[in-house]
Amino acid sequence: MSGDSAYDALAQEHAGDARWAFGTGFTAPLAESAAGADAPVPPEVPAGDLALYCLMLGDDALVLAQRLIEWCTDAPELEEEVALANIALDLLGQARLLLTRAGRADGTGRDEDALAYFRDAGQFRNVRLVEAANGDFARSVARLLVFATWRLALFTRLTASADPALAAIAAKGVNELAYHRDYAAQWTLRLGRGTEESHRRLTAGLADVRPLLGELFAVHPVEERLSGLGAAVRPDTVHDEVAAVLERVRTAAGLDAPLLGAAPPPPPAAGESGRDGRHTGELTALLAEMQSVARAHPEAAW
Amino acid sequence: MVSAARAADPARARAVAAGVTDPELPMLTLADLGVLRGVRAAADGTVVVTITPTYSGCPALEAMRADLLTALRAAGFPRARVRTVLSPPWSSDWITPAGRRKLAEHGISPPGPARPAGGPVPLALLPTRTAARCPRCGSADTEELSRFGATACRALLRCRSCREPFEHVKEI
Repeated sequence: MSGDSAYDALAQEHAGDARWAFGTGFTAPLAESAAGADAPVPPEVPAGDLALYCLMLGDDALVLAQRLIEWCTDAPELEEEVALANIALDLLGQARLLLTRAGRADGTGRDEDALAYFRDAGQFRNVRLVEAANGDFARSVARLLVFATWRLALFTRLTASADPALAAIAAKGVNELAYHRDYAAQWTLRLGRGTEESHRRLTAGLADVRPLLGELFAVHPVEERLSGLGAAVRPDTVHDEVAAVLERVRTAAGLDAPLLGAAPPPPPAAGESGRDGRHTGELTALLAEMQSVARAHPEAAW
Repeated sequence: MVSAARAADPARARAVAAGVTDPELPMLTLADLGVLRGVRAAADGTVVVTITPTYSGCPALEAMRADLLTALRAAGFPRARVRTVLSPPWSSDWITPAGRRKLAEHGISPPGPARPAGGPVPLALLPTRTAARCPRCGSADTEELSRFGATACRALLRCRSCREPFEHVKEI
């Protein structure tokens, strides 16, 4: 509005409250109805399962967003820093909506802050692919290529979810993920067809990522139940599409070994995946940093 | 003095809300940008403004909320509420013709048509050939420098004719 800075307006909103740092707090209603994160859970969808499923998808985005912002001040070029931070911001936005949905569906009334900052590693439901350390730029590109391709395939189908909130969150995310996938695919080409060193590093990065792919297509019991009701997508059903996209990128980038074969890679043992809360020490370290301020000042408004 | 009749006048409230500008593209109003979904008066006289985010993580949403409430309060609507909706998702196609003109006047190239919703998303293996025209010299010979610019909704392009970089609102 003319003449007024947004910061003045925010300060007025918080008149008398000395604790705010910026904004009106992460508890601001992100999406009210019109299929927002607070829409009622349809009666045919078990709310507990839906909450867990939203945590899985939300934690994937939250943890990768945290990994991506580690590139701030550390990426090869300013443009890449800005790009990776933008991608992280999109994923953080998706995470906020999904965690809000999870808190609403599980009936505990926990908000996104409670879920992001006050759960321990064993309560996180992300796939291990997103918690692995960044490694060098090539490894981060390899991870992002796989993640964005897989999540885009899931979200494209989730737009038809029986849960209207999940369908709306997915519809919002599809175009964002398409940008992320293109970004990673174009860097894969550049590194693969660049110098001997860039090709070598990309090949090594993809080799690091390969053992983590089984989890992406393993069907968790919650996904099994919810997909039967049309609320979730069985991740094994996106395998062929993901494999086809990755194969196109691999060929164009002049890389040797395919990332995915004709069938999904072997899943982890039952109850032993990131989806079950089984994580590596890399997630513990990531959370220690991400949650430290919130836990040191649990009463603070952000 | 705020009369009850005045507080319940949705047409005037709509005009006030529609005039609030975007915090990151201040040459545009929220109506120009297409994020203002509706303004109505609830039964108790509260003005309810509905907005939608451009991107899931758009950090400007909080500032928009605060600006809307401040503007409405200043215009004599002390009871106002801003609600956010997700569906249908915002599209750059919703930027109005006036909004596109203002963007171009301020050196930001407006978006082309967005990809139609639904169906598989095509993979772009090479930087997209952009149809954007240079907002400074008008040349159509432009290239994409980075698809991620200063904000989520903007990309960075360069004109091959005058060599100047410029911002472009992304198609989404």
